[in-house]
Amino acid sequence: MSIIVDKQTKLVVSGLTGREGTFHGLRNRDYGTELVAGVTPGKGGQDVEGVPVFDSIAEARSERGANTSMIFVPARFAAPAIEEAIDAGIETVIAITEGIPVLDMLRVYWKAKEAGTTLIGPNCPGVLSPGKANVGIIPAQFFDTGKIGVVSKSGTLTYQIGNELKQAGMGNSSIVGIGGDPIVGSDFIDILALFEDDPETEGIVMVGEIGGDAEERAAEFIAERISKPVVAYIAGFTAPPGKQMGHAGAIISGSSGTAEAKKQALEAKGVRVGKSPTETAQLAVEAMQSQPA
Amino acid sequence: MDLLEYQGKQLFARHGVAVPEGRHATTVDDAVAAANEIGYPCVVKAQVAIGGRGKAGGIKVAKDESGARAHAEAILGMDIRGFTVHDLWIEQASEIANEYYASIILDRSVKKLLAIVSRMGGMDVEEVAENDPDALVKRHIEPDQGMTAELAQELAIDAGIDEDVTDQVAEMLVKIADVVTAEDATLIEVNPLIVTSDRRVVALDSKATIDGNSLYRHPELAELSDKSAEDPQEAMAKEKGLTYVKLGGNIGILGNGAGLCMSTLDVVAQAGGRPANFLDAGGGSKAEAIVDALEVITSDENVTAILFNIFGGITRCDEIAKGIIEASKQIGITMPVVVRLDGTNSEEGLALLAAADLPNLHQETTMLGAAERVVELANP
Repeated sequence: MSIIVDKQTKLVVSGLTGREGTFHGLRNRDYGTELVAGVTPGKGGQDVEGVPVFDSIAEARSERGANTSMIFVPARFAAPAIEEAIDAGIETVIAITEGIPVLDMLRVYWKAKEAGTTLIGPNCPGVLSPGKANVGIIPAQFFDTGKIGVVSKSGTLTYQIGNELKQAGMGNSSIVGIGGDPIVGSDFIDILALFEDDPETEGIVMVGEIGGDAEERAAEFIAERISKPVVAYIAGFTAPPGKQMGHAGAIISGSSGTAEAKKQALEAKGVRVGKSPTETAQLAVEAMQSQPA
Repeated sequence: MDLLEYQGKQLFARHGVAVPEGRHATTVDDAVAAANEIGYPCVVKAQVAIGGRGKAGGIKVAKDESGARAHAEAILGMDIRGFTVHDLWIEQASEIANEYYASIILDRSVKKLLAIVSRMGGMDVEEVAENDPDALVKRHIEPDQGMTAELAQELAIDAGIDEDVTDQVAEMLVKIADVVTAEDATLIEVNPLIVTSDRRVVALDSKATIDGNSLYRHPELAELSDKSAEDPQEAMAKEKGLTYVKLGGNIGILGNGAGLCMSTLDVVAQAGGRPANFLDAGGGSKAEAIVDALEVITSDENVTAILFNIFGGITRCDEIAKGIIEASKQIGITMPVVVRLDGTNSEEGLALLAAADLPNLHQETTMLGAAERVVELANP
């Protein structure tokens, strides 16, 4: 097993005809993801290297059985594209697009909740289930098949940690980039719950950063609900208050959202927090090795 | 993007939120002319993006023209907690009977807007939250309903606002909510929200944060944002489309991806170094972007060494290497540069760097090793 994307995934890409959409959509297909359609309004009937393009997601779903949509359209069109996917009855929407206005995301968040749609992102690298499917921009070569689930706000930091795990002989069940925006469709706790229920996942690495309180809420959730070992990493100990550190959500507001507060909240619940990505990978390896066979 | 007080008030006025009559000025003569127009007494207020202006002497009441001139002269150019005053707001003085507090913020945890009203205005709200949390009345705004008249009434009444002005305060809350949704604000704070001696409800101060992602649909606000990037490196980076934050140390940092870049700063600090900046070269960076980034980093005079920490995913390490070599040629970097390249095409990148044989270039294979090395080289 794995979570969110796997061999059952039938992917439709909103924005497949764009440069980035074509590049990553075809890359996902090359990895083995079943790419069934693209959507670009006005370009229905065309194809991208054999992948049929439709005018709407609803058509992609009814004609091709798409159950997962990847959003790769520019920011100003992205919220409507996510809403279109929700309305079309798509089960899982993975939004890669960066720069969606946050009030639009508030609206979209509640719409997805009400419809029961799983929304990942926006401003995220996507989801990779090694050996099964890749939806997004995660470079699959740095990850092996295995038993550690990874959930992260950051892309490259995750590649770094995945690569260290691979070198230590450890692989992953799924790698989920939840994104670095203030409002994301799925938080740490949503993904932690999925990993807890996934029989293939035996340990979890959580990669957080400054801003908001998703890590603090995850700490509570881990104490109450997660039986599998979890280790964490938090980025941004040196970030000054009030400055946005790249991600729209990575900002310390007043005295809240600091890396130190997150680390303390996690450690108070018995979650070990690595000082560097390298140490975090080592902690994960240790946690897995001390598991009863 | 944070607005200055006067920018926030101009926004308020456009949405019908009552504010004292005021004028913006950037010179002493303009300030005096504005004061004469408005009449006396008036208030001369420093416009900087930081709190504590009053305590720092940045807000003064002028009784006449000579007072206005003296205050404008004193306040323009003043340093308030690291911010130089370039702008003044000249405003009609208000007779204050009550000082309240109102705000609407984005609550990231609950994923709704949160409205807060309090009788305790005119002081630091974080302090009120700590010492007298019951004095803050909080209600979430349901996304499908918005700020209804009923909710606004409930907030005002529960906060213990004087009965004769509850309706006015409630009306103002509805208008503030309009500002939030119409202008894509993630925070609007009115502190103090005053009742004048003739019982009018007025926003005496404004704090507004606009969502940077929304600026494409607010061109008039996008223009304001250019002013706030005062730091020369931050302004230069913005022009080149790079994500840069100045941090004041001496080790220039370039990473790809916000998370990895933040992590690099932390690891450098753990190794005993002081990062000069955050600079995310972004995904899929090409050689030209690296040249631009190095130009920005090296324009900071404090920088004595540079660390490149790249884990190539979509970004190709050979492109990064080309950028470093190109930049060395174009801008003649002589200070030590420590490079750690890993991930996509790292072997090609490392080979290019080896062939270029730059004397000031040091290669490291791990993030930790690279951090230690750059700290050593930055502080000889």
